[in-house]
Amino acid sequence: MIEVKNIKKSFAGVGVLKGISAVFEKGKVNMIIGQSGSGKTVFLKSIMGLIEPDDGEISFDGRIWHLLSDKEKAGIRREMGVVFQGNALFDSMTIEQNVSFPLRMFTRKSPKEIKERVDEVLEQVGLPGVQNKLPSELSGGQQKRVAIARAIVMYPKYLFADEPNSGLDPKTAIRIDDLLMTLTKQYDTTTLVNTHDMNSIMEIGEKIILLKNGHKAWEGSRDEIFHSDNKDLNDFVFSSDLYRQMKELFLKYQAEK
Amino acid sequence: MQGTMLKPVLKFIETVGEYFLLLKKTLTKPQNNKIFWEHYLREIDDIGLKTVGLISFISFFIGGVVVIQTALNLENPLIDPSLIGFAAKQSVILEFSPTLSSVILAGIVGSYIASTIGTMRITEQIDALDVMGINSANYLILPKILAAVTFYPFLIGMSMFLGVLGGWVAGVVTGLVGTQDYLEGIRIGFDPFHFTYSTIKTVVFAFLIATIPSFFGYRVRGGALEVGRAGTQAVIWTSVMIVFWNYVITQLLLS
Repeated sequence: MIEVKNIKKSFAGVGVLKGISAVFEKGKVNMIIGQSGSGKTVFLKSIMGLIEPDDGEISFDGRIWHLLSDKEKAGIRREMGVVFQGNALFDSMTIEQNVSFPLRMFTRKSPKEIKERVDEVLEQVGLPGVQNKLPSELSGGQQKRVAIARAIVMYPKYLFADEPNSGLDPKTAIRIDDLLMTLTKQYDTTTLVNTHDMNSIMEIGEKIILLKNGHKAWEGSRDEIFHSDNKDLNDFVFSSDLYRQMKELFLKYQAEK
Repeated sequence: MQGTMLKPVLKFIETVGEYFLLLKKTLTKPQNNKIFWEHYLREIDDIGLKTVGLISFISFFIGGVVVIQTALNLENPLIDPSLIGFAAKQSVILEFSPTLSSVILAGIVGSYIASTIGTMRITEQIDALDVMGINSANYLILPKILAAVTFYPFLIGMSMFLGVLGGWVAGVVTGLVGTQDYLEGIRIGFDPFHFTYSTIKTVVFAFLIATIPSFFGYRVRGGALEVGRAGTQAVIWTSVMIVFWNYVITQLLLS
């Protein structure tokens, strides 16, 4: 579980996060949603320890980040798996070297054990046989899956994904969503997904928080989205005709039932 | 008015401070020795061996040019022709090989380092390292520093040899100086300290060539345009610092 209390962050005097608190539960896909510029990425990067908040507290299963020593922080980092928006695969390394990198860096596993684990995670993400390829030889969706494989190779407790579906076609995006959901259950991770993709929200968002202008505007589950009269949520989620009609149909269906 | 004038000075001091903070982060014990040495060998290839051809070519021909120009300026029957060899040796060992070669390396290697690290920054590869708990500065920059300071003295030594050889070939081919006179000139006033001086300079320049472009690459924010700018800035500042430290070291060691 990750608990965030009153996180604030400004850049050059401009407030980006203005006191956000939230609890992200273990074994669930927790989603941070909001428009571009709402502070999602800064919020996620603050939790991942890449940006230092000006104020507030972040704790990982009770371990309060800013009270920890560098060594303890490094220990928590090794419990994190991150899927970056642009995948962040190392260009000069093969897929096998990319995925095995954390294992080679931090464990004393033998080359055979490392290879077995790499093969296992690549199998899990549906990419067997790409070990010797370079990232540039794979499609965007395949690269994303390799990034996911690298994120889970160390059996993470916390899984972060920043806009995992950006730039992917709808079918591939659904596959990535399914993969994130499956892995969350399989590894029992606290998963945080940063997105503004409505399909993802509806597909896998077990707990959702909506950010607007650096504030938390709404918090709830996927099912509650249809029943909420929160203006910010409705403006964001049901901004398109398609989703508005979907909501009407859903409510009508429920009323008839 | 005063504030406007002060701003670039403060900005410069701030940048220098950031450079030293990055050095502090870089110059620590590697987290994994095996990976560090693998990375070091890759850097020897990338920033060392790949420059050998160009440095050899330039050194050989500059040595030739030095001999031809010296010979043409010493066209006097009273001047011993062996002085041509002496002048060529002194120019190549004291100045051309360590300093000019380093400025050339600042161009080749500096832009390469700044653009690769800069690209890693904008594609979040550095963030990926940080979030894994890896000291990204140490992982990326320390092998480059070690590769440069260990390999460049050999490269510059080779440059010295080829410069002097190029001078001899040019002298003999053009008939401006004979082999005997040239070899005698090389032996005149031989001072082993000159090699120590050149090696010290080379190691300092190697450190600058590895660290300044890394600094500019590491702090890139934005996109391709910023990476390009970082490459240019890296080459400019590395060259400026090489010239500046060349003066300081010469003043300290030779004056």
